[in-house]
Amino acid sequence: MTSVSSMVDPVIFKTTLNSLWTKASAKSITITVPRTRLETKVFELDHRVTSVFPESGLLIFIGFVLGGIVWGANNVQTFTLTPTVFFFYLLPQIILDTGYFMPNKLFFSNLGAILIYAVIGTCWNAAAVGISMWGCYLGGAMGDLNIGLLQFLLYGSLLSAVDPVAVIAVFEEVHVNEVLFILVFGESLLNDGVTVVLYNVCDAFVSLGAANIDAVQIIRGIISFFVVAFGGALVGVVFAILLSLLTRYTKNIQIIEAGFIFVLGYLSYLTAEMLSLSAILSITFCGVCCQKYINANMDERSVITVRYVMKVFANGSETMIFVFLGITAIDKAIWVWNTGFILLTIFFILVYRVMGVFFLTWILNKYRLVPISLIDQVVMSYGGLRGAVAYGLAVMLNEKKIPEKNLMISTTLIVIYFTVILQGITMKPLVQWLKVKRAEHSDLKLVEKVNNRAFEHLLCAVEDICGQIGDNWWTRGWNRFEEKYISWLLMKPKSRKTRDYLFGIFHKLNLEDAMNYVSEGERRGSLAFLRGNDDAQVDFKKKFGKDIEDVMPDIMVDTEHVPMSSILQDTIPSVSLDLHEQDSQGKMEGDAHNLLQQHLYRSRKQHHHKYSRSNFSINQNEDEVQEIFQRTMRSRLESFKSAKMGVAPGKIITKHPQKERQQKMANGNPTNRSKSHPYGDEDFEFSVSEGDSASGGEGATAGGYSFRLPPYTVGAGIENPAFMPEMDTPHPMRPPPWRSEPEMDVTVAPSQRAQRRLPWTPSQIHRLVPLRVSTRSEDSFVMADVLSPEEEPKDPPPGQDGSRM
Amino acid sequence: MGGFHSVPQDHRYRDFADKTGFSLEQIGNLHNRFKQLSHNEDTLRKDDLNKIPDLACNPIRAQIIEAFFDKRNFQSHGGGTVEEIGFEEFLTVMSYFRPPSLNMTEEQREELRRVKLRFLFNMHDTDNDGTITLEEYRHVVEELLSRSGALCRETAKGIADAAMLEVASISMGHMEPDEFYEGITFEHFLTILKGIEIESRMHIRFLNVDTTVLCK
Repeated sequence: MTSVSSMVDPVIFKTTLNSLWTKASAKSITITVPRTRLETKVFELDHRVTSVFPESGLLIFIGFVLGGIVWGANNVQTFTLTPTVFFFYLLPQIILDTGYFMPNKLFFSNLGAILIYAVIGTCWNAAAVGISMWGCYLGGAMGDLNIGLLQFLLYGSLLSAVDPVAVIAVFEEVHVNEVLFILVFGESLLNDGVTVVLYNVCDAFVSLGAANIDAVQIIRGIISFFVVAFGGALVGVVFAILLSLLTRYTKNIQIIEAGFIFVLGYLSYLTAEMLSLSAILSITFCGVCCQKYINANMDERSVITVRYVMKVFANGSETMIFVFLGITAIDKAIWVWNTGFILLTIFFILVYRVMGVFFLTWILNKYRLVPISLIDQVVMSYGGLRGAVAYGLAVMLNEKKIPEKNLMISTTLIVIYFTVILQGITMKPLVQWLKVKRAEHSDLKLVEKVNNRAFEHLLCAVEDICGQIGDNWWTRGWNRFEEKYISWLLMKPKSRKTRDYLFGIFHKLNLEDAMNYVSEGERRGSLAFLRGNDDAQVDFKKKFGKDIEDVMPDIMVDTEHVPMSSILQDTIPSVSLDLHEQDSQGKMEGDAHNLLQQHLYRSRKQHHHKYSRSNFSINQNEDEVQEIFQRTMRSRLESFKSAKMGVAPGKIITKHPQKERQQKMANGNPTNRSKSHPYGDEDFEFSVSEGDSASGGEGATAGGYSFRLPPYTVGAGIENPAFMPEMDTPHPMRPPPWRSEPEMDVTVAPSQRAQRRLPWTPSQIHRLVPLRVSTRSEDSFVMADVLSPEEEPKDPPPGQDGSRM
Repeated sequence: MGGFHSVPQDHRYRDFADKTGFSLEQIGNLHNRFKQLSHNEDTLRKDDLNKIPDLACNPIRAQIIEAFFDKRNFQSHGGGTVEEIGFEEFLTVMSYFRPPSLNMTEEQREELRRVKLRFLFNMHDTDNDGTITLEEYRHVVEELLSRSGALCRETAKGIADAAMLEVASISMGHMEPDEFYEGITFEHFLTILKGIEIESRMHIRFLNVDTTVLCK
């Protein structure tokens, strides 16, 4: 693959798209792609089909059909999967995708095993298949062919490589456990280095002719392996560094930073190709090395964009590859059928794969901490799928040197169909039958992650005490080095601070909570926290800030500082804690901190729409986020603590804070509040300004809410302002939109939903106007908040899925 | 090398081998290491372990060292800590990190898992009351995260709380408002952590102890 084949098919994919309508045959490609998409969709809809028959197989059949159509129209197959198209336009994005989403930790911890399989396994496959075929040829099993040992070796080498595209295609249905998957998959990626070298070496030998091969050549071949493989990897790493550095400085052009990945990734592929190194290795390592830094440096939205676009490209390419594999089969010109050749090929491939895997695993298991089980080995040997890479290499053969090229192409195609279709179909039942350990889908819980971390440290420590240099020593050493030097270079300083993975987990947890809360609220027929009458208006203001400051000076952000109050402001709508008595009392715990998590979530996601293509500012005030985070955590603790303290002091608690409130109320009308629930105060305040009755706001929540409130004692150290709305003074300027409506019948669920939507009807817009006119810049949050409960569920899924990918 | 080596040593080694399951060679290696750490005395003190330089950057060093001196880990029925330990106790603690042998039955694995998890549990539960309370857990998490710098104590506390709540919700399910989640009991601990295969993960290879490398 290191030299672009001179046999360039006139109908090159890209130019075809341009000269679309000039050729009749060209039309079919435009039909091909959309139709393929359609077909894929149709097949995806029918999961029963895809769960049995691998999608890739289906695509090949589609290819057959399409090829048949073209063939019927033109009597000559004008569409083939040319090496150029395949290796330059279809393959790179798939590999980049796999590199980018590679689970690094797993990959590197199993790297030794992967390398052994990739290098030794592939060499063994190539040699064994080649030599056995030659032996059989000599024995006369294949009839009369114009072929020699070297050509057999070449043939063996091009068929030896396990194909990453096929592996993904088949294994994605199957979901085996991750170690098994990474072994097969890593092998399929890394064996490209070997394949390239073997192929070229054999090719060179064939050109030289058998007579001229001597030790020097062979040694050259071996050296070239190292050069090609490590060179390729090095090129990839260089580009990864470049890419990470780039993303470090793209803060002001966030719109386009997503594009850099693709450009630079492809560039690494081309560069390696140009230098005659292993391009697949290069792009793999580019993806593998850069993923961490890119995800840290880039804006969240860019990260999501990159994820999705990459998946789109990769899936599209994969689809097209398989379809083309189908199309190219319908071509009389290339078919040379030699039963013996074909059957022997398939037989030897399977047998030697099994032998190779078992032998190597036996050796590896002596050194591995967690041995690879027998069943896994079976799956691994069965999963040695050949795919389009083999086909591409076969097509690149030089006819003059290798007269039996067509035979090889045909046989390769048959092998590919065999592995992809047959082995693909039988893989899933086999896995189920053998009871292979499957992948676990659950995300680790926070407590597990904490324990994992503690655990790793524990192991390191014990190793130290034992005075031993174990695996952990290396990992630790590398981690330390990486933290100190590499991250310093490649990561944005801000990202470095917050990239502790527990923080990340926690953040994710919050997002989940927020989503759960919203969906729970929706499920129950209303967005509970927006119910007017039971509103527990939590109006966080400077007042609150001051209180907190007294209590916890060490963690308080400067309360005069705008962001602080802005958080408070914008949490008004979100923290209308609906504490209807009927609402599950037991669920209260969850509600509270879910709700509070929404603060955290929300404040991060707020952004100002500036309607500018380049300016896409997002509220990134770190302090703000940190503050919410802390408060949220405090709130969680409070709920925990409150459960601890018991429910008994329910009544007392209600009154207690209320009294406190009264003392602290800046704008006080104590009499009004004496009876009413603290939240009613705010309502009253609001309604005063709006002239609506606040009666709905008072009362009812008291019962449902009060028992949870921990006693408000200054100096308790664990104030939970988010949790104790009564501490907060109402903001006179800020009636939540729904509050300004005439009190609707609160018992009617639909009305609350309507209430929620009301702010957006034209008649209500004017109510929103004052919200915007505030002096604080973050006022837009308030409006956005009203909207965001609806938007949030849409928003997090990409983020969440993306982060889970 | 001091004067208490002779034939009795082999005898003792065999005892240890039976008790802890190490091979004689491993015990020999560990004994060498023990002597190195304790400067050829019979007993090891906390200070000796504290002095290991590599251990200095480990955030939960204190707890790990405590674990070595915790009587609960000596498989005797006692609690509390001791000031110094002999080789036997050292070996016992080390035996928690042995890998499962390949031909273990499922029951044995389960037992091994329990034993190892108990060790971890003891590490968390410093006051030996059988539950990991919020305070204790917080302490652990703070220690763990203290080195990362970015997270202040409040955040660490928050994370500990969140984790605790998570455990509560998992273990207790739907909690009545007046229920009080005491803390993580050992049973809860087992349930939560049964996902990670601790019997295979929690071990180190004892064969290649290179005492000359780390003569510290």
